[in-house]
Amino acid sequence: MKKLLLGNEAIARGAYEAGCKVATAYPGTPSTEITENIAKYDEMYCEWSPNEKVALEVAMGASLAGSRVLCSMKHVGLNVAADPLFTIAYTGVNGGMVIAVADDPGIHSSQNEQDTRLYGLCAHVPIIEPADSGECKDYVKEAFAISEQFDTPVILRLTTRIAHSQSIVEISDKEDYIAKPYVKDINKYVMMPAMAKVRHNLLVQREIELEKFSNETGLNKIIWGDKKIGIITSGVAYQYAREALGEGASYLKLGMVHPIPIDMIKEFASQVDKLYVIEELEPFFENQLKAAGIDVVGKEIMPRTGELSASIIANVFEKSVNTEINRDDEFGTLPNRPPVMCAGCPHRGTFYILKKIGATVMGDIGCYTLGALPPMQAMDACICMGASIGMAHGFEKAIKQNGEDPNTTKVVAVLGDSTFIHSGITGLIDAVYNKGVSTILILDNSITGMTGHQDNPTTGFTIKGEPTKQVDLVKLSYAIGVERVKIVDPFEVDILEKTLCEEMSVAETSVIIIQRPCALLKYVKFEGPVQINQDKCKMCKKCLHIACPAIVNEGDKITVDVTLCVGCRLCDKMCAFDAFEKAGDQS
Amino acid sequence: MKTINIIIAGVGGQGTLLTSKIIGQTALNAGYDVKVSEVHGMSQRGGSVVTYARMGDKIDSPIVEKGQADIILAFEVLEAIRWFEFLGNDGYIIVNSQRINPMPVIIGSVKYPEGIEEYVKQITPNAIFADALDIAKKCGNFKALNVVMIGIMAKRLDVDKAHWIDAINTVVPKKLLDVNIEAFNVGYSL
Repeated sequence: MKKLLLGNEAIARGAYEAGCKVATAYPGTPSTEITENIAKYDEMYCEWSPNEKVALEVAMGASLAGSRVLCSMKHVGLNVAADPLFTIAYTGVNGGMVIAVADDPGIHSSQNEQDTRLYGLCAHVPIIEPADSGECKDYVKEAFAISEQFDTPVILRLTTRIAHSQSIVEISDKEDYIAKPYVKDINKYVMMPAMAKVRHNLLVQREIELEKFSNETGLNKIIWGDKKIGIITSGVAYQYAREALGEGASYLKLGMVHPIPIDMIKEFASQVDKLYVIEELEPFFENQLKAAGIDVVGKEIMPRTGELSASIIANVFEKSVNTEINRDDEFGTLPNRPPVMCAGCPHRGTFYILKKIGATVMGDIGCYTLGALPPMQAMDACICMGASIGMAHGFEKAIKQNGEDPNTTKVVAVLGDSTFIHSGITGLIDAVYNKGVSTILILDNSITGMTGHQDNPTTGFTIKGEPTKQVDLVKLSYAIGVERVKIVDPFEVDILEKTLCEEMSVAETSVIIIQRPCALLKYVKFEGPVQINQDKCKMCKKCLHIACPAIVNEGDKITVDVTLCVGCRLCDKMCAFDAFEKAGDQS
Repeated sequence: MKTINIIIAGVGGQGTLLTSKIIGQTALNAGYDVKVSEVHGMSQRGGSVVTYARMGDKIDSPIVEKGQADIILAFEVLEAIRWFEFLGNDGYIIVNSQRINPMPVIIGSVKYPEGIEEYVKQITPNAIFADALDIAKKCGNFKALNVVMIGIMAKRLDVDKAHWIDAINTVVPKKLLDVNIEAFNVGYSL
């Protein structure tokens, strides 16, 4: 049967068909839907782990116990999981282990655009890369087979355009995978120096075997066309190249992107007039080919940042594909439409106050990072998951060293509930242990928001919606040694302002849990849209300070877009003239 | 069959993802190769969003590029002009005549451009502007504006109407089905 599936859905299907029994992940665009879809299969245990490192460790346990296991994350998640990865490469696996890692060239929804293929080189782990949803499904099965044949974890590398594109997939039946028995073997699984030295040699040997495999596997294939141009490519870059050049070139499409099949490439190179590498991001193939003495053109003519496209490739090869309409400059530069906090978003109250008091805000990863954009602009830095607390602590320590009073600098850390669990807890421990005076704002919206509503250890529900134990952020803070813990509703802006000012002025670490559920959660009900009573409105424009997308400045008057407004009534609290009223109250 | 390239442009939250799902499912029902490329995550939060759908005998790239679109479905007027240069010379654009102010306009740092409809109609006289939001409201749910837009497009494509209806049946949740079928039919009649 044929189905139209998102790349990520196809990976979930592949895991199911391969008899995979355990799946772990931390949500991250563009990888999240893999595990969301696995949750729909009763045959597989799956979980949202608190972070990618734990996810991979749980996966390792499951593999040891003999199951096939899939662990999924976005590219920056692999940085977090790199520690177990590098040593699982040494120990190898029992049940097959596939790590799906989704890169984000073009930075659609990330903080950088690193290239996961480089992890293959430095961790000595094989990587395969599909080029459409059909391959997503098939490659998961191939990856399990490689993992078991070579006793290694296998990375399945995706990019946004593969993970988030739908294409046609041929659905098959589930394999009966028999779990392997667990056999105790401390020389293989306990990595102390004596054992690790032996395993490192085996790892080097294994990579040589994998390169032989790469030269023979059907994952790497040649599609012959015009032999004047030979192209080495993989993943979505192959699709772009095909689109741009069609039969006008010959392609060596690499499904196995580490180790690359050097002999096969040399053979291919000998049959074409000129050899090119077309790859997104780093010159990963190119550098290896040049090191092997193969004459090839790559990043000299191709961009090294952002996404590729068929037209970029066509332009490089001077092929014309476009029939652009000539749009004159009648509209000049169009207004941007950046993402915004939704109408009813609980973060709006927090950032309104942070801006009002002029706080220096060490931010973090989540919807609330949008607080950095105009008109709020109430964020000073954002680096990676959980970084806000350590940064606020370091900022204050440096200020103190510079002879200033850290309590007057108004430095706060801002991070969400899920981000706090992911890697904020250790930062908080550091701040308390090292006598910091940071004020830490945990924006608890009862869900992992930005990635599209995943449960986490603070929500009280598992990925399958089963009730479970809930981390108590207050008790946790006390247990760490924080003595000042407050809970505030972000829409009670006066109380929030007062609490913030108090906590910033004390010479100890304090935690303010700012609690209100995400406005998009199904159970969150407001009274319904408001309108502005134009007789009462004095055009003071104070309501515009909260940057609500539903409040429209029409120039001569301010109105509310009732299709966007949910009725959170935060605007009420800005208005000194009681101009906001329930829509329909007055015609 | 000549490949059909469709761009769906709108504002995060307007239902562009469901739209692309219905288009993709229809192409599958009709026996075409198809690719649909979406963007999830941050840009969905009220930002400018674009989805590409391509159908034909064999589809390689999942992306529609400048000058290649046969159809642009624009869910908002400013988004129509933002993606207008992606329209090919023989293509046409269908615009929901709704206007949603982006944040730079809301805070008064720039003005919402005027005269977009006139301009688009002058360059491409076959452009269609419809108040899909209002039509959807009359069908019972303003969120069905995306399916009104699909209806308008379906009428102009050489794909059997039954494939569209089947796709809506497959993709749309049961309790919203009646509203959406009605929205499709009204769009189809325009």
